[in-house]
Amino acid sequence: MAKRVGIEVSIAVAEAVKLADVDLVAAYPITPQTHIVEHLSEDVANGKLDAEFVPVESEHSAMSCCCGSSAAGARTFTASSSQGLSLMSEILYIPSTMRLPIVMVVANRALSAPISIWNDHQDIMVQRDIGWIQTFAENGQEAFDLTLHAFRVAEDRRVSLPMIVNIDGFTLSHVIEPIEILDQEEVNRYLPPFKPRYRLDPKKPITMGPVGIPEVYTEAKVAHDQALKASKKVILKAWDEFAELFGRRYQPVETYRSEDAETLLVTMGSISETAMTAVDAMREKGQKVGLVRIRLWRPFPAQEFRKAAGKAKVLAVIDRCLPPGAPCGPVGEDLRAVFYKVPGAPKIFSFVAGLGGRDVTVETFEEIVEKAQAKARKRPRELYEVIGVREK
Amino acid sequence: MAKTDAIIGWKTITFGCHVLEPGSTAKFRTGDWRSQRPVTDREKCIKCGMCWIFCPDMAYSQTEDGYYVADMEYCKGCGICAHECPKDAITMVPEE
Repeated sequence: MAKRVGIEVSIAVAEAVKLADVDLVAAYPITPQTHIVEHLSEDVANGKLDAEFVPVESEHSAMSCCCGSSAAGARTFTASSSQGLSLMSEILYIPSTMRLPIVMVVANRALSAPISIWNDHQDIMVQRDIGWIQTFAENGQEAFDLTLHAFRVAEDRRVSLPMIVNIDGFTLSHVIEPIEILDQEEVNRYLPPFKPRYRLDPKKPITMGPVGIPEVYTEAKVAHDQALKASKKVILKAWDEFAELFGRRYQPVETYRSEDAETLLVTMGSISETAMTAVDAMREKGQKVGLVRIRLWRPFPAQEFRKAAGKAKVLAVIDRCLPPGAPCGPVGEDLRAVFYKVPGAPKIFSFVAGLGGRDVTVETFEEIVEKAQAKARKRPRELYEVIGVREK
Repeated sequence: MAKTDAIIGWKTITFGCHVLEPGSTAKFRTGDWRSQRPVTDREKCIKCGMCWIFCPDMAYSQTEDGYYVADMEYCKGCGICAHECPKDAITMVPEE
């Protein structure tokens, strides 16, 4: 039976990885991801988890190690963050088109300079187009559940794609929450053993990662893109089954008091909990405000989002990423594309908030809603606005 | 130069772009971007095989009568054979 315990979210994620009975963990410590691999290191050392624990010398090697391990048919996990994730960058593109179902938890953190160990989404937005399936967790329970879901989806033979579970650094990774930890029997019912479609085997030699001459490269990339888009069905099915087994239902986008909302906040990750409190506060003041939270970031659930946005007139999109020189933040950009030329589409305004650990409070959301509504009344010049910048 | 043996669409490309059978690169005709081709003057050729030894693409093979001939489906026209030939029997001529 599942047990509800007060536990640090990083350790709950490590528990999920242990329950998934991974075969290999590649580990390089980077704040704020460290607690996850630290805990897994203990589990391997004390015999609770029968896996290869590979303490590599950099994140570049961590992901290279994961590629080899996954290609050999082993259930593979690693975790990363910020500069470390950037150091992995070169390798991150490889397992996706090569269809290696590695699972990684990213404890999102700002990028240097200046050095910041605190939370925002700039590290993952750099890696937006690596071709991995990506989800964003809102709280500890979701971080635990989505990690198990990631193994289930990634390793499904119809999918065979690597998957990232994004959890906000510190604000989620280091908090202690009451989390329902499933037991081994329950996990076994949900997560079948990893049976890869192809694996490196000296008895049946194949080549993985060959040269793609101009005549095949485009086709290889299109095949990958199509596989990523097609994975949505499996993602949804795996969530449905999770709900049937354990009672917690997840969807690509989640709404809060959005039915009759005229203005909708759009968020990803743990700030959504504060956003809900803000929505409640604004509702009490008689404002028709709601929330749409994106849980599945890649493949982007465009249809589900359009449906979730309903008849809202204004979308106030919060990006936790400042895209220097770009017309708009990445989430705002995607949503503008999703609603482009859709009749009756809401006006979309993009806001940058919560960079490098800056608090995003109830008041911040109220300010955002106010600004979005003001912008909707006139024609704003700028395509996005950074919230809470001191001018002097 | 035809590459038709190897040209496939995205629906039929192998899973993960893996190579599932050995020697499949033989299907790729890689000599289609040559701008010059080697022509051997058999009067001068002494069948020493230096062209065959030095060809970086193994495009040369020996014929029954002992001469060496480059396979134009794989020759890139690099000219190493012409450079190495001790008898100056090989000339690089522009591709038409």
